[in-house]
Formats: sequence, C-alpha cells, structure tokens
Amino acid sequence: MAKEIFDFTAGLKKKLTIAFVVGAVLLLIGAMLPSGGHHEEGGDHGSDHVENTHGTDDHAAADSHDEGHGNALAEASGEGDAEAGHGGGWFKRFKIDFWINNVYFTGLAIIGLFFFAIQYAAQAGWSAYILRIPLAMSHWILPAGILMVITYFLFGHDIFHWTHSDLYPQLLENGQPNPHYDSIIAGKQAYFFWPLEGGSFPIFFILRMVIFFGAWYLLFRKLRSLSLAEDELGGDSYWFKMRKVSAVFLVIFAVSSSVSAWDWIMSIDTHWFSTMFGWYVFASWFVSGLAFITLVTVLLKEAGYLPQVTANHLHDLGKFVFAFSIFWTYVWFSQFLLIYYANIPEESVYFVERFLSDHYSPFFFANIVINFFLPFLVLMTRDAKRLNVFLKLVCVIVLVGHWLDFYLMMTPGTLGAEGKFGLTEVGMYMMFGSVFVFVVLSALSKFNLVPKNHPMLPEAKHHHI
Amino acid sequence: MSDSKNYILGVYDDEDVLLKAVGKIRGAGIKIDEVYSPFPVHGLDEELGYKRSRLPIAAFMFGALGTTLALVMQIWMLGVDWPMIIGGKNHVALPDFVPVTFELTVLLAAFGMVGTFFVSSDLKPWKKPNLLDIRITDDKHIMAIDLSKNGAMAEDVISSTLKDSGAVEVNNKQVEE
Repeated sequence: MAKEIFDFTAGLKKKLTIAFVVGAVLLLIGAMLPSGGHHEEGGDHGSDHVENTHGTDDHAAADSHDEGHGNALAEASGEGDAEAGHGGGWFKRFKIDFWINNVYFTGLAIIGLFFFAIQYAAQAGWSAYILRIPLAMSHWILPAGILMVITYFLFGHDIFHWTHSDLYPQLLENGQPNPHYDSIIAGKQAYFFWPLEGGSFPIFFILRMVIFFGAWYLLFRKLRSLSLAEDELGGDSYWFKMRKVSAVFLVIFAVSSSVSAWDWIMSIDTHWFSTMFGWYVFASWFVSGLAFITLVTVLLKEAGYLPQVTANHLHDLGKFVFAFSIFWTYVWFSQFLLIYYANIPEESVYFVERFLSDHYSPFFFANIVINFFLPFLVLMTRDAKRLNVFLKLVCVIVLVGHWLDFYLMMTPGTLGAEGKFGLTEVGMYMMFGSVFVFVVLSALSKFNLVPKNHPMLPEAKHHHI
Repeated sequence: MSDSKNYILGVYDDEDVLLKAVGKIRGAGIKIDEVYSPFPVHGLDEELGYKRSRLPIAAFMFGALGTTLALVMQIWMLGVDWPMIIGGKNHVALPDFVPVTFELTVLLAAFGMVGTFFVSSDLKPWKKPNLLDIRITDDKHIMAIDLSKNGAMAEDVISSTLKDSGAVEVNNKQVEE
C-alpha cells in the first residue's frame, strides 16, 4: 500500500538546506572574485561605466542623449544614472539576478494554478491523479508577490531605467533644456506613473503588481479550499464550482500574464516594445512549469508515491513538454524573424544587444539549442515520453534552459556589456530554487497526494494512449 | 478454386467482451488472423500482440526529406541560380528560410505519412473490400481465425472456445483469393 500523503522527510529538508547554503556560498565566492567587485574600487571607474551602460542601453537607438555631457550632468544632478554607476559591479548583478529569479519562479507558481485551472475548465479527466502537484506549486504565489514588491522598492532603480526621474521634465529648474529628457519614455509615463507626474511614485505600476498577485492569490485560495473540501465531503458539486472559479481565473490570467510580462520584463528595455512579448513570456513560463510538474511527478513515482500514475499519464505530460517547447520556439522565432526582417533600428536594437554582442551571443544560440533542439530531438519518439530517464533529462534541461531565457531577456537591458554569467548567477538560481522547492514540497505534504473524491478519477484510471 | 481460405468467424456485440476474449483465445494457443470492428477499440492492438506501427519512422524520414528539399531549393534559387538582395540581407540568409522550411517539412511529413499508410494497408480507390461479414460496418465485431494457420487445432475446439469467450455467433466462411 503506497502512502497517500507525501512525507517531507528530514533528509529531504537537509538536502534542500544544503543546496541553499551551497548557492549562498557560490554567491559569496562570485562576489569576491576579481571580475565581480572591481567596479566598486574607484569613482573614475564608476563614471566610465555610466557611459558604458548608456552606449549599450536603449539609448543607442533613438536619442536625445549626448553621452559626453550627459554623464557630467548626471553626476551634477546627483540623481539617477550616476548612482547606478557607483553601485554597479557585483551588487548590481546581484540585484538583477534577484529580479530574474523572482520573475522566473513567480511564473512557475502561477503556471501551477494555470495548469490546475485548465484541467477543470477543459473538463480533463486524465490529469486527476497529478492535480495536487500544480496546486502545491501555486503556494509560492504569496511569497513571490511579497518578494516582488520588496525587490521593486529596494532594487527597482537599478533594474528599470524608467524609474529615473530626470528623464521626464523637459526643462531643468533653471529653465535650460534638460539633457536627460527622453521623449519616448516621457510618452510612456502614464503607463507607470498614472495618475501622478512622470518620475514620481509609479502608482499604476505598483497597483497592477499588487492587484495581479492579489487576484491570483485569492483565486488560488478559493480553488485550494474547494479542492480540499471535496476530499472531505465528496460529490460532484465541488467540481462544478471549481470549473466556474477556474474559468474566472483563466480570463484574469490571460490579461494579467501578458501585462505582467510587459511590466516586469519588457519595461526594462523601455524604448523597445514587441506585441508578442506577453505570449513569449507566457510560453517560457508554461513550458518550465510543465517541466517542473513532470519532474515532480516522475520523482514522486520513483519514490513510491502515486502508484496509480502509469506510463500513459507520463506520456501526456511528456507530450505537453515536447509540444510547448515547440510552441515557445515558434513564438520566440516569430518575434525574432519579424524584427530581423523589417530591420527597423528601434526594434532591432534588442537583438543587436543579444545576437551581435560578444557577451550574449553564445547564450543566445545556447538558448535555441537547449530549449528547442534538445527537447525536440530527445522527446520525439513515443518511448522517450514514457521512460522516466528521458523525461527527467529533458525536464531538467528545460528548467535550466528557460531560466537562461529569462536571463537573456533581462540582463542586456540592465547590465549591458558588464553582464556576466558566473557563480553569482548559479548561486542565486540555487538559492531561489531550493526555497521554491521547499515551499512546494511542504505544501504538498499537507494534503492528500491524489484528490481522493475527484469525480474524474475513474477516467484517469482508464486513461490509455 | 486455386486459393481459398477457410475462416472461423466469432461475432461479438460488445467491445469489452471482445477485449477479454482476445486474451483468452490467444491464451488457448489459437492464432487470430484479424479482428474487425466498426470503431477503434482501445487496447485491442496490445491484446492482439501487434508490433508497434513503424509509421512514425516514415513520418520522420519524409519530414527530414522536406527539410532538406526546402533548404536546397531556397539556397540554390536565392544563392546560386538568381541571387537577389532582399532587405539588405545576405543572399543565403537562413532565418528567412525557416518558414518555408518548416512548411515543407510539415507538408512532406503529412503527405508521406498518408501515402505510406495507404500503400502499407493496401488502400486504393478501386479496391473492392472483402468483407467477411457485412455487420462489421454496423454494430458487430468479428474475430477471424484462419484454419490453415491453426493446423493441429480441431475446428470444433476453436468454435467452442469462441463460444465460451462470449461470441454471440460462430460462423464458417470460405474466401476465394
């Protein structure tokens, strides 16, 4: 008789703690390595690097900035870029990495809820055994939301160029034209600062962040309590209620996932925009979420849980990972091809920073190989989707690969030529990952692994492909 | 009567009974020639012990052929035969070729798979179907057992095994080839 409730053993907790500590140690080593900290040595160095960020930033495209005197004035006004310059180096990398990981793991959490909701909305039966895994993933929504708001207030100034208040006034206080005035960003100010003036407190931006996390969290609590009540009381009335709540969540998610992708990621490259960006980020989130669900399912099965899950269920999960790897590639390539083909400077600067930069082009190509060719070729055959070893391999590849995708979305726009990939990044990923897995597993140990009165259980039992 | 085959046909009216019957009959050492049913019965191919279809391999080969053809065609046309500058890109600009390559890969994989399926299962418009029992187009499942392939087994043993396994009728049929 297999256990019905996941046992979050002390040994497992110890392993996750070790992973966290190793991550922290790597982070610290990363800070002490010469490539990490040398920017903090002197003021001169700092100002050089203000120019650097300017050259590689979106400003290269359309420009009211003159780099030479822009720098001097930034120092004089004591606002904005100068500060970013001095606080640069390793600490800035730390801030950006923190944001990258937070956005990535937020994605995993909301994809958990999205997957859960879609099963109800689509009246899917095959997935009834594994529904508690995505549900457990969404327990990260609340910590992620809190971290997101805190991170914005602590590090937002280094992450988002649009937070710099000197970009908005057309004239300086003494009546001279403001050399930092950026007409493109000023044109977008309402999106961040409404109803206030540009450069003040970004009420609209913060409001969206809070409302999205609030809505996701409330709907998550609602679905969770319905699902757990069903365990106790049975009957199909809970299933019908959950279908309704799921449908509401899916509508909200459709809008909020896109808008949060613009807010948290696309606004880093403030001048640039892509109408496909919401889809692109969603695809990246979704395939990593699916990989995480599959990986946990396979590992639980190997640990002796979920005896009801057969190769048929794994096959469907494998198909999901396979198909959505292709979907991600499709969206990613569509975005790239249109911009590459039209070759409009304001648009193509995004890929110039990535594709044509010595720094990022290896990652740019690795991104396609890891996230498209590997899952595509490894999971192509039927057997591979039914064997644990291939599923585990691909899921780990996809989880790491899509982290890299988020790294590529956010680093060039913030760190530019200083962006690096090293122990700092690996350490931060490990720290975040171990905390996330800890939260998910402890949530998973609090309820039945299989929703025991789910009306679709017989269908899941006879699932055969 | 150059070539004729003697079949024993077990008629079943329920797919669950049929599925169990297949296991029983194969367990009794009788070779089943084929099972005909009006709709797909899940798990029947496994019960019958059929090997996995090799159609996916054909699909992959045709897909790879499509990829190759598409790339060769575009590189030759736009790079060799009639080089043109389009949008200031190189003559052979691979990203531009991806949509066409993708489409031809899918097209050839799909057509190739359908064609392979028709050829391998001998389907053609002028084919006269040789129905062992007209009711397989309606609501009955027919299990056909070729007597010549069950040489040692007596006919009445096979008939009674079929009956025991839940067949509603057992018929004999001789087919001219």
